[in-house]
Amino acid sequence: MKRFYLLLGALVIVGGALLYVAGKSKGGSISAMTDVPPANDGFKGYALGSDSAPVEVVEYVDYECPICAIFATVQFPTIKEQLIATGKVRWRIRDYPLRITAHPNARYAALAAECAGEQGKFWPMADSLFNHHNWAQTGQDVSGLFRGFAQGAGVDPAKYDACMQGQRYAGRIAASYQEGEQRGVNGTPTFFVNNRPYPGRATSDGFKGYVDTLLAARTTRR
Amino acid sequence: MRHRQVIAVLALAGLFVALYLYLYKIGVYGELKCGSGGCETVQASPYAMLLGQPVALYGVLGYAALFAICMVGLHPRLTAQRWPTTVLAVLATLGFAFTAYLTSLEMFVIHAWCRWCLGSAAIITLIWFVALPAALRSRRPRTGS
Repeated sequence: MKRFYLLLGALVIVGGALLYVAGKSKGGSISAMTDVPPANDGFKGYALGSDSAPVEVVEYVDYECPICAIFATVQFPTIKEQLIATGKVRWRIRDYPLRITAHPNARYAALAAECAGEQGKFWPMADSLFNHHNWAQTGQDVSGLFRGFAQGAGVDPAKYDACMQGQRYAGRIAASYQEGEQRGVNGTPTFFVNNRPYPGRATSDGFKGYVDTLLAARTTRR
Repeated sequence: MRHRQVIAVLALAGLFVALYLYLYKIGVYGELKCGSGGCETVQASPYAMLLGQPVALYGVLGYAALFAICMVGLHPRLTAQRWPTTVLAVLATLGFAFTAYLTSLEMFVIHAWCRWCLGSAAIITLIWFVALPAALRSRRPRTGS
């Protein structure tokens, strides 16, 4: 019996030490992000929906923001079904990673989404970032986790790694942030509908009501 | 009571594996020491979540329960009791069935192998191989004086 408890004790020490060491060795995502000046490459953000949709919604988003995640997972599926799939709305995402200490991985997440977007996987990557949002609660290194999201989205990991390490789109993200500041964005998510600040509630019902009103007014004017 | 000791050791090892996967899943660890990249593919798949919680959390709870029952069952007053052996067999069977389902997902749906998940699958299989015969033996009527 004594040997059994000695074995358990040894196992606890070894297992605990391994977990501790694993927690110490980090991939270095946060520190790897350096400040990069805005570089406007003409890119206007990834858009979902018909090019001929009469209404365009621009959403300034921070992937680390819990309200953005709730909106993306709870409200956006209905918006996609009711407004985007029906050709009424084109939805455009702009990066606005908040520069607050509580969001240390916001820019890194935006970069991960852009690097997946480079390979045509922006939307599945954005979905993964929001659907598995636990990462945003810890403030710990997320490089491996995001790499896993990217692989799950079908991204070539070698190209993704090169994009992330080179911070290929950091300038684009900074430019999007600067654009947001110029438009008066001071939190996320912030929406503009046909270039005007959205005055309603950030719910699927709110957007549907507002878009229907816009479309009805358009019809009346004709 | 040797089988309870064996299961306790295995469950403790499984607990550390499941805890490692869970801590990775919630973002405490930046990367998994996996070697193949398959672990991250599996962990990023939709099947890594169940009822809004990471699957690894169920592993943590399951192994913790197995370990706790073993330790209770090893108390001198309970070593002769049959119920810990029966509960261990039931839990091990549930864990084994769940693991078989997860492993089949890796093989047929996700098409990627997570070595840590396979390690956990091996541990729960061993636990099942120890727990089930022990429970069957304990149900046989004792013969002799």
